[in-house]
Amino acid sequence: MKFSEAWLREWVNPPVSREALLEQLTMAGLEVEGVEPVAPPFTGVVVGEVVAVAPHPNADKLAVCEVSDGSDRFQVVCGAPNVREGLKSAFARVGAVLPEDFAIKKAKLRGVESRGMLCSAAELGLGDDHDGILELDPALTPGADLRQALAADDVTVELNLTPNRGDCLSIRGLAREVGVLNDMAVDHPEPAAVAPVIHDTFPVSLEAPAGCPRYLGRVIRGVDIRRGSPLWLTEKLRRSGLRSIDPVVDVTNFVMLELGQPMHAFDLRQLYGGIVVRMARPAETLTLLDGQEVELDPETLLITDANGPVAMAGVMGGERSGVQPDTRDVFLECAFFAPLAVSGTARRYGLHTDASHRYERGVDFELQHQAMERATELLLDLVGGEAGPVVEAVAPEHLPEKPQVRLREHRLHALLGVAIETAEVDAALERLDFRLLERTETEADGVSWTVEAPSHRFDIAREADLVEEVCRIYGYNRVPARRPVTELALREVPRGRSPENALKAQLAAQGFQEVVTYSFVDPHLQDLLDPGVEPLALANPMSSEQSVMRTNLLPGLVDALRSNLARQQDRVRLFELGLCFRPGPPVRQEALLGGLLCGSRVPANWAQPAEPVDFFDLKGVVDRLLEWAGHTGVTVRPVRDPVLHPGQAAELVMEGEGVGRLGRLHPEIESRLDITKPVYVFEIAADVALARRLRVHRGVSRYPSVRRDLAVVVGRDVPAAAVEAVVRETLGDVLVDFRLFDVYQGKGIDSAEKSLAVGLTLQHASATLTDDQIGRYTQDVVAALERAVGARLR
Amino acid sequence: MSADLEQTLERIEHEAGQAVAAAADERALDDVRVRYLGKKGALTALLKSLGSLPVEERPAAGARINAAKERLQEALGVRREALVSQQLAASLQAEQVDVTLPGRRQGGGGLHPVTQTLERMEEIFLGAGYSVVAGPEIEDDYHNFEALNIPAHHPARAMHDTFYFGDGTLLRTHTSPAQVHVMERQPPPIRVICPGRVYRRDSDITHSPMFQQVEGLVVDRNISFADLKGTVIEFLQRFFEKELEVRFRPSYFPFTEPSAEVDVQCVHCLGEGCRVCSQTGWLEVMGCGLVHPNVLEMSGIDSEVYSGFAFGMGVDRLAMLLYEVDDLRRFYENDLRFLKQFN
Repeated sequence: MKFSEAWLREWVNPPVSREALLEQLTMAGLEVEGVEPVAPPFTGVVVGEVVAVAPHPNADKLAVCEVSDGSDRFQVVCGAPNVREGLKSAFARVGAVLPEDFAIKKAKLRGVESRGMLCSAAELGLGDDHDGILELDPALTPGADLRQALAADDVTVELNLTPNRGDCLSIRGLAREVGVLNDMAVDHPEPAAVAPVIHDTFPVSLEAPAGCPRYLGRVIRGVDIRRGSPLWLTEKLRRSGLRSIDPVVDVTNFVMLELGQPMHAFDLRQLYGGIVVRMARPAETLTLLDGQEVELDPETLLITDANGPVAMAGVMGGERSGVQPDTRDVFLECAFFAPLAVSGTARRYGLHTDASHRYERGVDFELQHQAMERATELLLDLVGGEAGPVVEAVAPEHLPEKPQVRLREHRLHALLGVAIETAEVDAALERLDFRLLERTETEADGVSWTVEAPSHRFDIAREADLVEEVCRIYGYNRVPARRPVTELALREVPRGRSPENALKAQLAAQGFQEVVTYSFVDPHLQDLLDPGVEPLALANPMSSEQSVMRTNLLPGLVDALRSNLARQQDRVRLFELGLCFRPGPPVRQEALLGGLLCGSRVPANWAQPAEPVDFFDLKGVVDRLLEWAGHTGVTVRPVRDPVLHPGQAAELVMEGEGVGRLGRLHPEIESRLDITKPVYVFEIAADVALARRLRVHRGVSRYPSVRRDLAVVVGRDVPAAAVEAVVRETLGDVLVDFRLFDVYQGKGIDSAEKSLAVGLTLQHASATLTDDQIGRYTQDVVAALERAVGARLR
Repeated sequence: MSADLEQTLERIEHEAGQAVAAAADERALDDVRVRYLGKKGALTALLKSLGSLPVEERPAAGARINAAKERLQEALGVRREALVSQQLAASLQAEQVDVTLPGRRQGGGGLHPVTQTLERMEEIFLGAGYSVVAGPEIEDDYHNFEALNIPAHHPARAMHDTFYFGDGTLLRTHTSPAQVHVMERQPPPIRVICPGRVYRRDSDITHSPMFQQVEGLVVDRNISFADLKGTVIEFLQRFFEKELEVRFRPSYFPFTEPSAEVDVQCVHCLGEGCRVCSQTGWLEVMGCGLVHPNVLEMSGIDSEVYSGFAFGMGVDRLAMLLYEVDDLRRFYENDLRFLKQFN
């Protein structure tokens, strides 16, 4: 909310500087977000009185005026349509400097000398009105400095108010707060009741009293809206961020800004029968003030007349019944709408207005009479007319109850960690307008205050709320800081699970860069990288590119790859650890670890040839991760995966269940994504990657080991893992290392076959192996390989 | 000893000396040894011929030949050593490399700066006995709002521009629901931090629709606002390694009461006023407060016996300050040129 400092100081004027005042507000929880001067710099402008106006001899639209600054008279040529004798306006004398360094000099306009200039609001930077010169308050003294006369050194302060402080959405509320902070009385006279001079009323009835427990109406006849709003009013509105519309709307807005009570004015001509406040009926529609027609749902609280809806209660008026330039008779509305009745409505229709903003945070439910009188008084003063009596419809049982809350001194001390003096608590509660109902003192609680919250506070329900209020007034920064004292428990450090950061460090050590990609992705990319799976879709995404939840990590990784390739990165290794979302029901939120390799195997360098990564670089990374975790039971087997290359795709299987996959992205997908280099990816369930096998010492043999190398020829399709499995099974514990050190296809080998060279390191735990034994082991392996996979020695 | 023998011996010695000097490598030197000292070598042959000398001449001649043999052996030894060291010098020379050439290596990887920041935060709290808990990112309305004292239609919901799914579930807008999960399953004393991704419909230089938060929660007997202040201030000073000033401003979060917004003296200008702090000298870094009794009670904790504090801060925000990053969205662009600056 925006307010004018000068206006606030009309209500309460503590002897502190602007900076100090704004700091007070911020430190009381009313955060100052911005401060803007209400007018740009100008000098030499005074209140001038037009004492004579004569036509310009050479120009129809110009006038030659005589302007007095109180001591001298000046001839000034003026083109404003509203210049007239007796008008007091802004007079820039010769030597004045207007905004943007516009210096006023003696000039000749169409042959007539002009000594100075009468200024419009726009010329002085006081808004954008340049239709005529300023019309100042006739009571001002000619020659008075205009900046002073208009309080042009004022500032517009923007507050970022938290939703609990609806009571500060007005000058009255802010003044109350400033008064509390400075221990000063706010002494603003309440408007006197305007005595009715006519008997006209318009009936009001409440059919939905829970949403509208109080509704005040008043008829005012014979207003003249064409009189327009005076400068003081339009300036106050402008400095509070509102535009002037017409005097009636301006007055309702003024009262809202001043007292915090939203009001509405209807054109009485357009109202029929009587006002009924009720919920919407099926198929009702309303054309709002802003011209849009809305279909009303039955949860909507309405102001209606005999012809149907005339306003959406607390949100916006209807077009049909709004005040027009020729309106003579108005019906003023001043109501209390329940916060819940308005907040739901405003949100459902996407309407956020100054009125709904206040109602949904809570408007003082005892304020309506005062506001009605204030608005009436102003209207009669500005646009004339005769006021009828105020008609009030009220359902007292639906008005909010003022909560009664008890504050215990010892509890206060314990919760804040500081023993605030009892007298300070007394004073804080009193200054905040809490009505003291009971004050007792016991051994257990110390002093107990039972208070009733004022009608402008909607955020006081429990003791904790009073604790905050007292603390706020006491000063958050006066509360000492100390270290919590608590049991010194030691934490559990599970051996069976690695910290996430240790896993990440593993990958970083292998040259991978961690990325953090959005959990919501482009549905097209998602579908390409997990075809056939309907991802979870956001109901209200920010953009279509971020509208579905990823089901795996590939969309983010691939997207990051593409943008990095576009930035000329020729070697990319990325990984991410994060939740993926498998549609349900119920939705499964599973953490995955995923990685991607693309480009050269090692950074381009002088020592090694530049070679692109291949499947086995990927495999090595995954092998290393499994080894680090200590998984021995994970098997890798070829798999058909629609997003992976059919010949370079594998799944990781643990205890019969797939726990991950690795492979080259399908070349078709690569080309769909305009990626010209092979992309290798892996994904592993994070739980598997983070699990850690407990290590137990197995002993180290004291006896020598021997190595035997074998080259066997097998069918081309025989997986190396099958050969290894046969060897391991045949040799058992005596095999301490198995190394596949050559794979050969080509000259000398049938094209349907391949040669595998394996190195077997044999060692016995408790004896030296003899040549005989070694020979037998080797023969056994050859025989087993022949039986199992049709291998023969090369 | 006959003059004859003497003459032969001198000749042999002379020739052998020359041969030793001429030997260019160990192998040539060995040939020299064989030629003079081998089974069929010249000096060996002379020794063998002693038998043909008169008995009385034999001792002197023998001694004379043996002396020559020893001299030669010594010369061979000296020469060998010289050759070895010469060769070593040559091979060392040949093996010289340009030590300024870059080493052979796998390219370097690293952790995301936000991860590093989070790790730093966790380290600080783990040291004081906090534990780290995670929570789901898709939440139900109850855990994200209701259980945190934010009923439907509460104006505070407007502070959280929420992403919803069709079934009413949502992406958590803060890590505070993790508080609720912890309190639902664990009795006090509680000391946890809950890091994780959170989501709000917002994107500009200081907002990303996805960002990371750390929530802290302490519930025990006699936990006070002073404890909260002490914890927050000490954390910020440890985190930034500076004795920064910290101020607490009253604020509003439905799940804490009293609530505070925390400003820390600008880490960049130390309060002088600069671009980073928009000339205010202060940086808003977290929200906090005493856990609202309604929240404790909804999770089955007796608010008359226990009290607690909670705080929540943006990891990305702290990472921005720690690493002097000017646009929060950079953290999620995953530009390697950016990320590698933190490796």
